[in-house]
Order: sequence, then structure tokens, then C-alpha cells
Amino acid sequence: MEFIKADKLTFEYKKTNDAGQEISTEAIKGVSFSIEKGSFVAIIGQNGSGKSTLAKNMNALLIPTTGKMYVDGIDTSDLTRLWDVRQRVAMVFQNPDNQIVSAIVEDDVAFGPENIGVDPAEIRQRVDAALSGVEMSDYRKKAPHLLSGGQKQKIAIAGAVAMEPECIVFDEPTAMLDPAGRQEVLNVIRKLNARGITAILITHFMEEAAQADQILVMDNGEIKMEGSPKEIFRRADELKAFCLDVPAPVALASALREKGIELPEDILTTEVLVEELIK
Amino acid sequence: MIEVKNLTHIYSEDLPHQQKALEDVSFTAGDGEFVGIIGHTGSGKSTLLQHLNGLLKPKTGTIIVDGLDITDKKTSMIEVRKKVGLVFQYPEYQLFEETVAKDVAFGPKNLGLSQEEIDERVRQSITAVGLDYDAIKNMSPFELSGGQKRRVAIAGVIAMNPDVLILDEPTAGLNPKAHQDILNLVTGIHGQGNRTVILVSHNMNDIARICDRVLVMDKGRLAMNGTPKEVFAREEELKSMGLALPDAAEITSRLRKAGMNINEICLTIEEAAEEIAKVRK
Amino acid sequence: MIRDITLGQYYPGSSWIHKLDPRVKILATLLYIVALFVIHKFSGFIVAFVALEAVIIISKVPRKFIWRGLKPVLLIIAFTLLINMFMIKGEVLWQMGFLHITREGLRTAAFMGIRLVLLIIGSSMLTLTTRPIGLTDGIEALLSPFKKLGLPAHELAMMMTIALRFIPTLLEETDKIIKAQQARGADFESGNILRRAKALVPILVPLFISAFRIAQDLAMAMEARCYGGSVKRTRMNEMKMGSRDLVAALLFMVFLALIILQRVFMG
Repeated sequence: MEFIKADKLTFEYKKTNDAGQEISTEAIKGVSFSIEKGSFVAIIGQNGSGKSTLAKNMNALLIPTTGKMYVDGIDTSDLTRLWDVRQRVAMVFQNPDNQIVSAIVEDDVAFGPENIGVDPAEIRQRVDAALSGVEMSDYRKKAPHLLSGGQKQKIAIAGAVAMEPECIVFDEPTAMLDPAGRQEVLNVIRKLNARGITAILITHFMEEAAQADQILVMDNGEIKMEGSPKEIFRRADELKAFCLDVPAPVALASALREKGIELPEDILTTEVLVEELIK
Repeated sequence: MIEVKNLTHIYSEDLPHQQKALEDVSFTAGDGEFVGIIGHTGSGKSTLLQHLNGLLKPKTGTIIVDGLDITDKKTSMIEVRKKVGLVFQYPEYQLFEETVAKDVAFGPKNLGLSQEEIDERVRQSITAVGLDYDAIKNMSPFELSGGQKRRVAIAGVIAMNPDVLILDEPTAGLNPKAHQDILNLVTGIHGQGNRTVILVSHNMNDIARICDRVLVMDKGRLAMNGTPKEVFAREEELKSMGLALPDAAEITSRLRKAGMNINEICLTIEEAAEEIAKVRK
Repeated sequence: MIRDITLGQYYPGSSWIHKLDPRVKILATLLYIVALFVIHKFSGFIVAFVALEAVIIISKVPRKFIWRGLKPVLLIIAFTLLINMFMIKGEVLWQMGFLHITREGLRTAAFMGIRLVLLIIGSSMLTLTTRPIGLTDGIEALLSPFKKLGLPAHELAMMMTIALRFIPTLLEETDKIIKAQQARGADFESGNILRRAKALVPILVPLFISAFRIAQDLAMAMEARCYGGSVKRTRMNEMKMGSRDLVAALLFMVFLALIILQRVFMG
């Protein structure tokens, strides 16, 4: 069942220049796609390719200039349903600092449910469950600025989970983290997806994208490639044209194939590569 | 040439939460050497960097750059900054001037150079970071794209013409192509002249590929100091410090454990392909 | 270091003081401040000192923590003391050139000093023992009667919550920017006032830009979390007055009574 559906969506940023004229730049140029309920989709593309703009169209932070975005069948341009859309699609942003509202971890996690008028006793339950889901219960009384980047990002995720959304859009959540933090955040994303939450991950890290069910490649406001990680990373040359790369095991497998070693086309992970090589 | 001897630093001394940030760190980096520093977050890397250009003073120990003791209280900070340039993480957030040229000129101006010298250095360093000087000099730095801003910020440090250039995670938050471009820029700058370049990074692939020598920091101590091959051969120790191997070394290590006869420590995908091909044929 | 500033920070705990209703604590703090200005004899300060001491002991907030909060304002206190010491006319105790210290000046300076220290420690006890959300909820509740007059009580409270949350973040940011500009040879410590003021530009511009970026990001994040939705907001921790609060209020009444008695009978 499709949960998010874009239909010929375009988005223009409007800006007034010094002379008072309105200039518009087209950040998204007529894209159509759909995302299945419960799936894990990665969106990759270079800086300025429109990924973030697309993400913000998924929970009505931005409304399409033309075309439509549907969330669970709801047209996001229908302003009477704005809060229904945002309750269904939560969002986690890149900068771990700039999305935490409260100076106490658990109060921050409660912020979303409080906004949608959830009963106090239930908020308590949701907050506790969300924090234990990201393994941060021990930190619930701490001040966010004392936590590491990865921990802050997990708090932001808990804040999204406490809204009980059906889908979470992660807008480069690992870009500012160290490798340990990145790993922790990615584990949490996979765990949430395993629990049935639709996960949409925007990332610059190819090895993260490789863990998704489906990848969308964006460039210059358009979706240029779409498919499973195996299908996408087989096309290294095309990716290169979009300033992207392939994960290391894929690159090594293709270097080995060039040297005459026969390997299956769909190697994606180190585990599979090692297995194939020692056969 | 930079010589670090027995450097120790303590944060919040005399307070209950005092902690040793650096403990007896000693190493030297020669002219023209490309040194990588790796370590888990909180291992003391950034404390070390801030000592290397005099932003922090050590509790004990000395740092001597080309004969100048920068830990000596009598040493003028301007002299230190002439010798050691430090590019912080996300350096684009420190841009402040109206135009790119003025911003890049900030450092040289602070060094008290003549106007001609400043103009010349600004032009050279903007060109050195791969930007078109004439097209960009009068633009506001805030109109530029993220990648361009970062280049301008790096140019601002290069314009001070330091003997030792230190970069803290210069590729953070960039897509693969932009990441590679910045790295090429850094190796390009290293290639010209006889500068010591020190690169701090979490990306083991980059460190393995471009550094002559790698320093590993762990809990405020210098845990390892050797060539990339020597350092990345010590897999167990690195992993116990929460550090990973470069991808190529990781894959070949797993193959070795699975019984494949690969002796060489592979640092790049090309090397790994070479070695595996040898064994498989 | 700039990050060591603790002014306005919360010290997590579960003491009797921590558990009091924020509204009670806010009102008590306001009245305490008024009381400090009512006092005009040293004996009155002894009462206030004992009361504050009791609060500190019960709250279990370490003194080092409180002391660190006081440090950044020491300069202001010292300045006030000096002004008072030298400016007030009266019986001259010491003189050199146009500078003179009078008995009255000394007394006023000591008075002001004690008053300021008691005031700052007293009000920081409020922020140290009240979680920020509690503080803002309390203020919102106390201001809500004025909503009918058009006072945006909730918005004010939200602004305070965010300010408290971002003080440490902005301090850290400032620290980073200062270091980055120092690394580019900036000198903030020498030259006359004009030069020093000019030297601040390389710090202030990036700091403002940073603050705007944070504000923009945060507004986006809050919107994404349904802030400003049409439904009525609820709270995870609802404020409830209990017997504890009654006891605190009574004890505080005793304190006020002592101050007033002292003023009336010893004045």
C-alpha cells in the first residue's frame, strides 16, 4: 500500500532581489514517485539537488507550487488537514542542537504530544516508551547540551516517535556525527523501521543508503534513478555523474571483476563479498 | 618542523570534575610531512590542535615550531599564527566580512603585512582553493554555496602562509564529490612548497590514502605513531579504542581471517583488488 | 572558560525544594527580592541569610555550583561597591586627592554588596531547583490572568523556555567563533576601547548569523512537531498544589513576618 505519493510535484523558492523583483528558483522539477507503507527508502544526491526540499514537502512544511503530494491519501495542500499530515509524518533534522526545544531531555520528548493535546498520563507513557526505544532512558533528566551529537540526535528521534507517526523523514541525521554516533543513529532507524514505521532517510553516506529497501537518486531537482540498492549501485558510472559514489564492497567487487575474477553482479555488503571470495 | 614534547593539559583544574585532556604527548612532524590524527570523539584530538597554535597553554610540556617555542609566555601570538594555521571544523561559520576578498584578508592584516603583500596573498590563496578570484572577490561570502564558503574560509587561513597547516575535519557534511574535491585541494596545497600538513579526520579511508604518518589519540594519550600500514595493522587495538579500519583493510582482514592468504595490509580499494587478484590466480 | 557559566541553569535533583510548585517558588522569590529592599539594617540581612542558607541546605545544590553562578556578576558587584564607597558624602575616613571614603559610603557599599549577593544567590536558587519547563509553566500560569488584557502569556513563556535551552548552545558557539578568529590572528585584548569594540565585529557577525540559523532551524523543527496546532495544548507534568506547598508558603510567611517586624520594631 502506498503511503506517500508525489504527483508531478514542483517546488519554487521565491525571493525578492535588491531591485524588488521576485526571483523564483525551481528546486524540484515535476517529480512523481510513491513510497510504500513500512518501507525504508533512502534519498541520495549532491548538496543542492533538492533532497531536503522534497523532504519538507512530505510533511507540509512546504507545500508544492504545482502538482500534488499525498500523505496517507491526504492532499498536503489542504490546510484544514495540516496537523493530520504532520502527525502522520514526523521529521528529524540534520543539526542535533537546533531541534531540541527544552533544556531537559524528557520535557523535550513530550513537546510534540503536548502540542497535539495528548492526555498527560498518556504523554508520560509515550515519553518513557520513546526514550527506552532509543536506549536513552538513563538520560531523561539530563540537559541536552551535555550529550554527544549522536545522543542528541537520538533524543530528537524519540521526540518524533512520541508523536506516534506512521512515517519518519530523516533529513541527513548523521551528517554532523562521528562514526560511532552515526552507527547508533542508523541502528535506531532500522529498529524503528522493523517496528513498522516507514523510514525515509536522506544521506550522503552510500553505506547507509545501501541498507534501505529502495533508493531515490536526486539531481538538479529531478529523480534520476530509482530502484533497490543492488540495482542502483550497479550503475557506478551514472552515480559518478551525479557526484555520488558506491559503497566500498561494491567498488572492490567491480575492481576485481575487471581483473578477471568472476563475482555476482549484486554484491552490496562486506559480508557477501567475503563469502563469495572464499567460496 | 614541529616538535611536541611531554604535553599535558588538564581541564577545570582544582574543580571536582577536572580531567586530564592530554597526558604526556610527544611527537615531531617534519617539513613537508603529511600527518593524520585519528581518535574517538573526546580522545583529546581537538585539545591537542588548540595547543599546536597557541589557543590553549599546556600545564607542562613544550611545542617548538621551527625553533620558536610557542608555549613560552613571552612568545608573541602573532609569531605563532604566522607559523601555524588552524582551519576549524565547519570553518564557513566564521566568515564575517562584506566581501570574499576582505574576509580572506582578515588573517594577513592581523599579521601586520603591507597592503601590497596582503592583496597578493589574497589573490593567490583564493586561486589556490580553486575559486575564480576576479569573479568572486567582490561577492558577499554569504551569497556563496556551502562548498564555496568552506573554500573561502580555508583560503583565509592559507593566506597567512603558515609553515604548518592544520585542518580539523575539513570534509564534514559534504557529499562524496565535494568531499573528494576538498581532499584534492588539501593534497594540492601540501604538494606546493614544503609545508607540514596535519589532518584530523574520522574518515579512515582518507587518512590511509593520503597521510605519510598517522597519530592515534586515545584517552588523552598518544597511543600510536607510525605509517598508515603500521597503524592499521594493529586492528585489535584500534577497535578497542572505538576506531575502525579503512574499508579496504577491513575487507582484506576478514578475508585473511576466513583463510585467504593475504599478508599485505591494504589501504586502498586498488591495493586490495591487486592483492586479492594475486591470491585468486 | 565561557562554558562554565551556570547562571540560569537547572541543577537536577529531587529535594523538597525541587518538588515545590513552581508558582509558589516564583512568588516566594519575588517577595524575597522585595524583602531584601525593605531591609535597612544588618540584622535584617541575618534573617534573610539564615532563610537562604536553609533553602540551600534543603535543596542539596552543591555550593561550588552556586558560587560559579555568582562569578560572572562579581564584576558588577565590585563596580557597585566602588561607586558607593567613593561617591557618597559624609564623615570622611580616608582621603587622597579628590578620592575619599566616608563612613556612610562604606556602610552603603557593604549594604549594597550583601543585598546584591543575597539577591543573585536567592534568584539563582529558583532556577537551580526548578526545571525550565516548570519555570515557564509557572510564569505562564501567574501571568494568565493578564491574558484578557492582551498579554501573550504563553508566547512569553515559550520564549523563555527556548532562551534557557539555548544559552549554553550560544555560549559554546561564541567560544568556537572566538577561537577561530584568534587562530586567524585576531586580537581582542589590546588597544583602546574603540579598537576593542571594532575587534568584536568578527565575533558578533558570525554569532548573529548563527543565532538566526538556529532560530530558523528551530522554528522549522517546532512546526514539524505540530507546535501552534489548533487543539488545546496539554502538559506532561501538570502543576498541582499539595500539602508541601502549603507548608512552604507558611514558612515563607514566617520569614516575611520577621522581616516586617524587624523593620517596624528595630527601625
